[in-house]
Order: sequence, then C-alpha cells, then structure tokens
Amino acid sequence: MKDKSGDIKRAYLPQRNKGASLKGNLILSFISALGYSGAVILFLVLSFVIYNGVGVLSWDFITKTPTAAMTEGGIFPAILGSALLTLICMVVVLPIGIMTAVFLSEYSKPGTVLKLVNMSIYTLAGVPSVVYGLFGLAVFVIVFEFGMSLLAGSLTLAIMVLPYIISTSEEAIKAVPQSFREASLACGATKLHTIIKVVLPLSLPGILTGAMIGTAKVSGETAPIMFTAAAFFTSGLPRSLFEPVMALPYHIYVLATAGTHIEKTRPIQYGTALTLIVLVLGMNLVGIIIRARERRKKAW
Amino acid sequence: MNLHWRKQEKLTEIILKIVGLFSVVVLLLIAIFLFKEAFQIFYKIGTLKVIGGTQWYPTAERPSFGMLPLIMGTISITMLTAMFAVPLGLATAVYIAEIAPYRIKEFLKPIIEMLASFPSVVFGFFGMVVIAPILTTWLSPLLSERLPNVLRGTGIPFLSTIVADLCYDKLFISSGLNMLTASMMLTAKSIPIIASIAEDSIAAVPRTFREASYAIGATKWDTIRHVVVPSSLSGISVAIILGFATIVGETMIVLMAAGGAAVIPNWIFDAVRPMPAAIAAEMAEAPYRSLHYHALFGVGALLFLLNFMLSLISDFVSKRFRKVKLGEKL
Repeated sequence: MKDKSGDIKRAYLPQRNKGASLKGNLILSFISALGYSGAVILFLVLSFVIYNGVGVLSWDFITKTPTAAMTEGGIFPAILGSALLTLICMVVVLPIGIMTAVFLSEYSKPGTVLKLVNMSIYTLAGVPSVVYGLFGLAVFVIVFEFGMSLLAGSLTLAIMVLPYIISTSEEAIKAVPQSFREASLACGATKLHTIIKVVLPLSLPGILTGAMIGTAKVSGETAPIMFTAAAFFTSGLPRSLFEPVMALPYHIYVLATAGTHIEKTRPIQYGTALTLIVLVLGMNLVGIIIRARERRKKAW
Repeated sequence: MNLHWRKQEKLTEIILKIVGLFSVVVLLLIAIFLFKEAFQIFYKIGTLKVIGGTQWYPTAERPSFGMLPLIMGTISITMLTAMFAVPLGLATAVYIAEIAPYRIKEFLKPIIEMLASFPSVVFGFFGMVVIAPILTTWLSPLLSERLPNVLRGTGIPFLSTIVADLCYDKLFISSGLNMLTASMMLTAKSIPIIASIAEDSIAAVPRTFREASYAIGATKWDTIRHVVVPSSLSGISVAIILGFATIVGETMIVLMAAGGAAVIPNWIFDAVRPMPAAIAAEMAEAPYRSLHYHALFGVGALLFLLNFMLSLISDFVSKRFRKVKLGEKL
C-alpha cells in the first residue's frame, strides 16, 4: 500500500514481545487511548450541538430574517452574509495564492528573494486572526474608507487565508513530477504553455482541496470580521459591497454574549451553531474526499 | 494577445514575480500599520509603564493602560493549556504514526483535520453553555464541600485539617467562565495543530531506523522511545512551538469562556482577560484615534511580536532539523 511508514512490513515484526515488556505495552495502550482524545472531543461537541440544534432547524429558520428583537425568526441574512464574505474572499485570494505558488515552484531561483517570500508566508501563517482584524480595521475600514463593510471583511479574510492557499497550492504543484514538465518542454511547448496545459491541470485536485478547506476555515472565523464587516442586524440583502453584513459565527457570538435575551435566544444559538458546523465540516469533507479520490487515481 | 512567445514568457515571469512579492508586502504593511497605530500609546504613556503597569482600566475616568494583567493572562492560560494539549497532541501523533492500524489511521487523520478547522466560536460557545455550568453546579460542590467533609471525617492528622481547608478554599469555583474552562476548549483547538505537525515529522523517520531497532530485539515501546522520538525531536519541538502560537493567538475561545477580568490571575479558577480577548472585546467601543484605540493596537503589536518570535524560533529549529537529517550525523 501507499503507506510510507510501512504498515505491511510491520506485520512481520514482533508486535508484542510477550512478557518481555508489560510496562511498555501498558504505556502503548495508554498512548493509544490518549490518541483518540481529539476524536472524542469532536464527537462530544458535535453531538451536543446536533442534539440541541436539530430541533431548531427548519426551512423557515434558514430562509427567514430575525424578528422580535432577534428572539424569533430565522438566520437567512447571516447565512447569506457568510456566503458572500467567503465567496468574495476566495475570488480575491485564489488567483493571488495560485500565482504565488506557481512563482515559488516554477520561476523562483534559490536566493534571498525566495527566502524572503517563504519567511513572509511562514510568518503570516502564524499571525493571530485578531491581529488580521486590527489590520483590516486600520487599512480597509479607515485608510481605504470602505467602512464596516462586506468588502473590508472579505479582503481581511483573504489576507488571513492567503498563506494557507499558497502552501497547499505549492505542495500540489510540486507533487507534479519533473519528467512531465520535461516531456512537455521537449515537445516544443513554452514554459507558460507547460504550466497552463500540464502542471496546473494535474495539480488542480490538490489546489481544490486546499481551496475547500480554506473556505471552511474562512467561513468559521469570527475575530477578523468583528471590526471590519459584521453587523448585529441587517434586514435583508446587502445592496452593495460597502454595507455591513451579518455572519453566522458573529451571530452565535453576539447572541450568546451580548444580547439582552441570552437565555431566550438559546435555541437560535444552537440552530446557528449547527448550521455553521454543517457548512464548515461539509466543505472540509468535500475537500478531504477530493483528495482521497485523487490519491487513488494518481497515475504516478 | 499576439505577442511573440519570448515576450509572453518574459511578461509572465515579471507578473508572477510581482504577485509573488505580494505576501512580503502584506507582512510589511501589517507590521507598519500595527506599529504606527500602537506608537502613540507607548510614546504618550511610556513603554515601561504600559508593559509593566498592573492596572488595565481603559474606560475609567482617569484611564490607565497597564498591560501586565493581559500579558499574564495570556501567559498563564497558555501554560495551563499546554499542560493538557502537549501530551494529548503528541500522544495522538505517536498513535497515528506508530501504533494505529492502517484503517484507524485513515479514519483519525481526517478527523484531526476537521477538528483543526472547527469554528472556534463554537468551542467558545460549548465552553460557556456546557463546561461552565458543569464546573459550578457539579464539580465545585463536589470538590469544595463534599471532599473536605470526607477528608475531615477521616481524622488523619494532616489530611483532615490542612488539606481539607485547602480544598475548601481553593477548589471553590465562583464563576464557570474561568481559565480552566477556556484552557479545556483551547486544548481542543490546539491538539490538531500539535498532532498533525508532530505526526508528519514522526512519519518522516526512515523505516530502516525502526527495522534496525526491531532487529536487535527492541520492543515497540523501546523503539518509539529510543529511536523514533529522538530522531524526530526537532519536528516535535516545532509542533509544540506552533501549538503555543495557536493558543496565544486564539481569540474567540478566550473571549467567550475565560471570564474577561483584567486581573493578574492567581489560580486556575480565576477569570482572565488574555490579550486577544481584550482587543476583541474592547475595539468596538474604543473611539477612533483615542488613547484606548492606540492601546489596543499596542496589545495587537505585542501579540504580533510574540507570534513572530515563535515563528522565528520554530523556523530555526526546523532548519536545524533538516541539516541533521541530510548530514552524516545520523
């Protein structure tokens, strides 16, 4: 199988040295039990949200606007706001991210420039999301005078997810074997042609996986949009890019902490959390499935 | 375009180069804007007074901007979380890379990945509505009332007096929104980061190392302990450092579940207001270009510097790791 660490080989090796190391085996079982901690946490949080939220979900809940001071009605504006924020963010970030990845893997030569770019990407990936929020506030909201708006929020999210998109795309592009490029070049294709006709199509599934998981990450983020885009309440569709929007994660946060009817809106909070989780994990799953299928089909 | 192909090539290269430098520009812009907006507070109040001050009352009549409570909040909550998250994350990594059968591995890896992109606002929400009530209504009476009573009943000298009083004092939980609650949810958020990076580096240990170890009769645990972990130690350190960076920068969980008191914490059941929580909670109310606004950018600048340092350290460690792997040392 494709497993690097050699699971098949392991079958021939003494898995348990009977009696020789009771302590070792105990420790191994202990580590194994702890190894499930992430899965257990995910299961607990998921089942809690599903248990409390599934009764709230209905057609009306996802298509109606909030009424009666947020205590009744649906969350349609929040779903739409999140969708728009994510969509615009992706439209902005994907070209830049993929072009940067192409630059890094196909055009860059080892040297100071490459080091600098890589270091910047690495550092950007570690910048806390709330700092991106501050940056968005200082630059997009104030200097560019977009105000608290869909556009400012989307651009902030785009900058936040950029390092992730670059690194996943770069990985996908680098996974295309060098011989494919050489074959194309030998046929007389230019470098640009090779990239467009050979490299990008073959790395598309990997790029798409990164994009899907990036989308999932973006749609669950709250801190970057808190001071750049999110509104407590808007009645319907945003009429332009320069209007604030509601967003699912911000909606949960506001209803759970700042509203005047925290207990009364609890069902709406559960419903919103469930909607958000379904969207985020759904997109994540699509990304994972694309990758798994592609791995099975892979010809090289 | 009907350009000659050589020109086309040249043009593409130039365009890509410009786009490639975009992330450098963004990083510079982030640093410039953060420090530009933060400069005022350090200039007007004094750097030492801001970083070392213990009073964070930004909206009081005579505001005071001592960031030490926020910094200590971040440090203490990070330490507490690391105590849970590092063992759990590393155990997950070792289990997936070394112990789990192929199928379980293929099942656990996507789950860990999903946990990584799980919205942190939902974790914060979970901490608020599940963990906090459990702590106050169930754990607190159990530990601060029943346990001391049982201990007193035993009549054993040290246990029935000093330990019982200590439990009574220290294990009473007045508010469920405290450091421990937030730490538990932060653990959930940082396990996948630590696990996935550590797992990569453990999986990169050549198979021959393990086979050599098995061949001389070592058990699996011996092999993990003496061969696998030492040879992936740098990768594991990187995982831990980046886990720290995640915890330090995580906003929504500490905003919702940590209690929000800007006081230097003494104990795990104290409410804290770590740096990201302060920014997120107060930015909406801080008037533009007020001292409070600049102070929050100051907090953001410190946070940026902290994470920048962590990135530098992890980059340094991983570079060293690569050298060792290629060199003749192994």
